[in-house]
Amino acid sequence: MPVVATSLTAGLAETVRGVLPIFCILAVFQFAVLRRKVPHARRVAAGAVMVVVGLALFIVGLETALFPIGRTMAEQLTDPEFLAGQGATAEGIEWWQYYWVFLFGAAISFATTLAEPALIAVGLKAEDVSGGTVRAWPLRVTIATGVSLSVALSMWRIVVGAPLLVFLIVGYVIVAALTTLAPKSIVPLAYDSGGVTTSTVTVPVVTALGLGLASTVPGRSELEHGFGVIALAVLFPMIAVMGYAQLSVVLGHRTAKRGRR
Amino acid sequence: MSPLEPSRVQRPGAALAVVGRPIAENLRDVVPVAGVVGVFQLLVLREPFPDLGQTLVGLVAVVAGLTLFVQGLRLALFPLGDSMATSFARKGSVPWLLAFAFALGFGTTVAEPALIAVADEAGRARTLSGTGELDGGDYSLALRYVVAIAVGAAIALGVLRILKGWPIHRIIIGGYAITIALTPFAPNDAVGIAYDAGGVTTSTITVPLVAALGIGLSRSIRGRNPMLDGFGLIALASLVPILFVLLFGMAVG
Repeated sequence: MPVVATSLTAGLAETVRGVLPIFCILAVFQFAVLRRKVPHARRVAAGAVMVVVGLALFIVGLETALFPIGRTMAEQLTDPEFLAGQGATAEGIEWWQYYWVFLFGAAISFATTLAEPALIAVGLKAEDVSGGTVRAWPLRVTIATGVSLSVALSMWRIVVGAPLLVFLIVGYVIVAALTTLAPKSIVPLAYDSGGVTTSTVTVPVVTALGLGLASTVPGRSELEHGFGVIALAVLFPMIAVMGYAQLSVVLGHRTAKRGRR
Repeated sequence: MSPLEPSRVQRPGAALAVVGRPIAENLRDVVPVAGVVGVFQLLVLREPFPDLGQTLVGLVAVVAGLTLFVQGLRLALFPLGDSMATSFARKGSVPWLLAFAFALGFGTTVAEPALIAVADEAGRARTLSGTGELDGGDYSLALRYVVAIAVGAAIALGVLRILKGWPIHRIIIGGYAITIALTPFAPNDAVGIAYDAGGVTTSTITVPLVAALGIGLSRSIRGRNPMLDGFGLIALASLVPILFVLLFGMAVG
């Protein structure tokens, strides 16, 4: 308990330091440029305190509960002896023998994306703006599925040493194609969902896994192969959201036709 | 309308009284993480938890923190972003609005701990390898400013887009085409940092504020649709830094 208490003070100090510039900018523009009082100032102040304390608690909680064990698990799962039995070395391992790494990457990134506070915020906004047509939970599950597939693919890419650029090019061609196909109103939201997924919870865990893998597999440098994980994790949710929207349109048409007969 | 809608909550005390439902929701958000870690630790790696008590305390803190954060979003960040967007639209000064957008992007990014970590790491790697014109410390500081300027420019561009009604898909698809085309020509370490930078710039406090700003603007300007025009700022904030860091890498070598 005392460990949590001291790290909470440190976490709170760090969160305040991160938030301070934002509040200064908001205050300067609100009072010096717009020259208006904040509507419901006391409620906003209370909310701001809740945001800061909440974020500090959240991050300290992650640092005690999730990040250390995540790092240890990343090390253990990428250990050749775990993957191929005792006495095994990294040289003799086939790409498919890393299946636990792929599975863990997919499962943990799916779960961390659902816990991502920025994504919760965007989900709430999307539900509000669309008048309930887009629902927050299915949207977040779709995005998490995209991130999860991207992380599994990235782990495979690191193992076989495939170049990132090819994946990026193919991915963006798919994004461009889906942009013309998918319902117009979902496109901007889909683009935004790429950026929000890679945040507080997902990035540290997934980076640890990528770096662990890049240092185990012979011939992979951490610098060259560790990084592209985030790039693909930004790309895939866009495809997932537009793809899901397009799929529901197609399925909707089919049911509508069947209904008419 | 849900009972959690901030318009019905008048006092901070009342706000604290309605956190009951979000706790269940936030449990649902956190349980998958605990589940995956538990299954892999106990069934796949077949090892006990090193410190189960601490892990549980940490999880309680995560759920409590998330609950407070989401409640704070509804009380502070969303209404604030919204009301500032409306006030700017009423004031009608485009330069001030763009200045605000730039300041918000720049200010939230330059002090972002994740960015400082990435930039320092890049600076250290540079000192060790001894390449290029800038030394490690200068490189790391320059990198932070390049990324922060990029995010500022991205939010300003996104706001201008909302004002003018430009379609987001042209900017995003075009921007990524340029980014991918530049990638083979940039030095390897810059490529790594560039694609990481796209991920670290969208912080947990910036995202809700920027989303509320975009949606608030598109609601208060006639002819704009919040679904079509309100979103897209975050996408730009993760694209433009990649582009800027690639160009920076090509410039300093």
